[in-house]
Amino acid sequence: MPLRPLSPAKLWRRRLQHYRLEAARCRDCGKTIYPPRPRCPYCGSRNLEKLSLLGKKGKLVTYTVEYTVPAGFREQAPLVIGIAEIEGARILASMTDVDPEELRTGMCVEPVLRRIRSTDPYGVIAYAVKLRPCLGAGHEGGEGEAGGGSKGDS
Amino acid sequence: MAKPGIVGWGAYIPRYRLPSTETSRLWGYPDAVPARLGVGEKSVAGPDEDSVTMGVEAALNALRRAGIDASRIGAVFVGSESKPYAVKPSATIIAEAIGATPDTMASDLEFACRAGSEGLRAALGLVEAGRIEYGLAIGSDTAQASPGDVLDFTAASGAAAYIVGPHNESVAVLEGVYTYVTDTPDFWRRDGSPYPLHGEAFTGQPAYFHHIVSAVKGLMDRLGLRPSDIDYAVFHQPNASFPRRAAKKLGIPLEKVEPGLVVKYIGNTYNASALLGLAKVLDEAKPGSRILLAPFGSGAGADAYSFIVTDLVEEKRPLAPRVIDYIERRKTITYSLYAKYRRLYRRIEW
Amino acid sequence: MPHVYVVGVGMTKIGRHFDKGLVELAAEAYEKAVEDAGIEPAGIVVSNMMASSLQGQDSLGALIASSLGLRYRPALHVEAACGSGGAAVYTAYSLVASGLLPSVMVIGVEKMTDYPTAIVTEALAQAADADYEVFYGASFAALNALMMRYYMERYGVSRDEMSEWPVMMHENALKNPYAQLHKKITRRMVAESQPVADPIRLLDSSPIGDGAAAVILASGEEARKTHWGATVEVTGLGLAVDTVELSNREALDRIPALERAAEQAYQMAGVTPREIDVAEIHDAFTITAVLSIEALGLAGRGEAAKLLARGRFHPGDRPTLNPSGGLKARGHPVGATGVYQVAEITMQLRGDYPGVRVDNPRHGLASNIGGDGSTTTVVILSRRM
Repeated sequence: MPLRPLSPAKLWRRRLQHYRLEAARCRDCGKTIYPPRPRCPYCGSRNLEKLSLLGKKGKLVTYTVEYTVPAGFREQAPLVIGIAEIEGARILASMTDVDPEELRTGMCVEPVLRRIRSTDPYGVIAYAVKLRPCLGAGHEGGEGEAGGGSKGDS
Repeated sequence: MAKPGIVGWGAYIPRYRLPSTETSRLWGYPDAVPARLGVGEKSVAGPDEDSVTMGVEAALNALRRAGIDASRIGAVFVGSESKPYAVKPSATIIAEAIGATPDTMASDLEFACRAGSEGLRAALGLVEAGRIEYGLAIGSDTAQASPGDVLDFTAASGAAAYIVGPHNESVAVLEGVYTYVTDTPDFWRRDGSPYPLHGEAFTGQPAYFHHIVSAVKGLMDRLGLRPSDIDYAVFHQPNASFPRRAAKKLGIPLEKVEPGLVVKYIGNTYNASALLGLAKVLDEAKPGSRILLAPFGSGAGADAYSFIVTDLVEEKRPLAPRVIDYIERRKTITYSLYAKYRRLYRRIEW
Repeated sequence: MPHVYVVGVGMTKIGRHFDKGLVELAAEAYEKAVEDAGIEPAGIVVSNMMASSLQGQDSLGALIASSLGLRYRPALHVEAACGSGGAAVYTAYSLVASGLLPSVMVIGVEKMTDYPTAIVTEALAQAADADYEVFYGASFAALNALMMRYYMERYGVSRDEMSEWPVMMHENALKNPYAQLHKKITRRMVAESQPVADPIRLLDSSPIGDGAAAVILASGEEARKTHWGATVEVTGLGLAVDTVELSNREALDRIPALERAAEQAYQMAGVTPREIDVAEIHDAFTITAVLSIEALGLAGRGEAAKLLARGRFHPGDRPTLNPSGGLKARGHPVGATGVYQVAEITMQLRGDYPGVRVDNPRHGLASNIGGDGSTTTVVILSRRM
């Protein structure tokens, strides 16, 4: 059992970031930051504007396949964690719908809402965006500059 | 007043597939059982998916096709019999995630597999009455079946979402809708029970067939339609056999049923079943086509809708993944992985 | 700046001390340091990361001090995840240098073995961002693994080259009586050990263990009352922080905060990286060591692993890195680690270190990292007699 149950207030407070990837763009240095902070971590400016990165595609900067998982995550092991670059922001999140052998640095990934964990069987459920290999063919969902959808589906 | 219609449609099917042979082998059924159901494999939600997450992806796909800002949605209706919370709306999670909050109605509906359709009918009515500009109706289920029950071969996961709105933005305009309900206990799940129970043969003639046939005939009578006027017929799809037999009873040729028959690829997605069938038809139907949609829910009731496809359908189609894209995105899993993904194992830890 | 000296040190062997709690571990290090120095400290700073999460214990300053017979004296607790030790030394230095207290003992203590790995993994992850990293189930190893893959891909570093660090650490620890692991390993064993968070393998990772270490810092006047006198002086200090979350850093293949902490320490000590004879650096994982070597100016970007694989930084070379065996093999009782490092460098400079010894060193360095580079400290010690 995890050290502490999920807090509904804590989840509620972060819902726009967790559900919609609400980030901040610094009007002074131009960096896009996620998670958003009261001041820009790069230049210290308070001149920030909010934006949502939901629905945008990005590319995988790096990733790991985690086998020794913290309490509460055995059901999802091995847990894939990645850092994606989306519209200039870096997003760290777990990945979904991907097998370890399909992972490639630079692959196209897109944010999708998933369950992160829950305090089972009676507690609250944490939902948030995870990173998924971009759905491949036949539609124009975004720029998809990195190409390469999920390969190896059989 | 101009009839409302569908302005955006969106589908979602999870990646994983459980072959029927896995289930028959584990539970000691002859392979003839799934063969008779016409379901070779079923779609299975991953360990981090539920009817909310699937509903969100379907809704975002519908939004892409509708091309509207989510804040203009005035009603979010979610039909599911696999709600993550028994008490606490799924509709608010979905509405928040897609950006429709706070200026909207939001409700979870329950009517076995027909709740999503009830949401669609209600949303269309609200638009027609001028109460809302756009409405969103979602059918989404990680369908449950008691492990080893015959339902275990077909109970599948998926979601479909529809944004309804004004006539002139519609890809399919509502021509008419008729609903037929009675108290028929063919399939139920008691409060606190993990899986539904059903009346086996009783789910057929007095439940599924009687309600669907009655609803469709009621609609056709009211609109003065004959079977030959219908270009596509989409029924609730608990297995591949029932919708074909329903078409036969109604005198509708099978080739009008097959394009919307999703069950043969992924099984019965409960509240998404007929609605995914409609999505697949919208993925391919020509402008001017008339689509008959007849969802069914145990307990029991059926709706019958007639939609006329418009020219807009072709420009909206490429804006989101098609049903076939999701059908083709598939990874086969074993029954043991299925059991893990659907939380059928009881784990303990300190 | 007034002079501050390290006048006494004490350490416990690191391991699974099922029979000892925080207080007993701290007491062992305390008594050794008091005996080593010949004085009792005027105040203490406790460095610890996990008492709150794993022991359900706060109020550490009071708990430890009062248990050691130091009621009514000043005592406080400093926390900076795995970098607590360095941050506590920084704090203690300030207390002495300001003239507020004539001597302060830093006691680093950690108790990690009371719970199964999944829970310890969860607690260790608290070094990272709770709402955006730990939330997703990212372990501390996973966050470092993200940096390791990025580094290896960017600089074309092989698994075999990375494996030399843990091999050297295990070799060095063989002679360290305080080390948790006494086992020789090969590069092949590293590469074939179980993946923890790919590409990090078990033998890239520091072990989970309990331990305590203490150092006493004293003013020049107070130092003269001790056995060791003004032998070892704290000549350089630097502390710099970065974002806790990896996503808002400009680089994944560097530890920029450690570069800044090192600059501050080198400048204060008036030495260059070339003048460092021995260093204990933070190698929670192989990648942490590699990035630290580069941040400390001991190797160029992308070169550290390649240099290590060619024999650089081994015993006999200057600087010798982690003669103790490092976090990898000496062990990493997280909140205590930075204090172990300062104690070990002190003994190297005094010439009484019981393990791999560096010949006649003049300047030594300890670098301690909290999180995956969020709180970094560099301490430079110099021999004065």
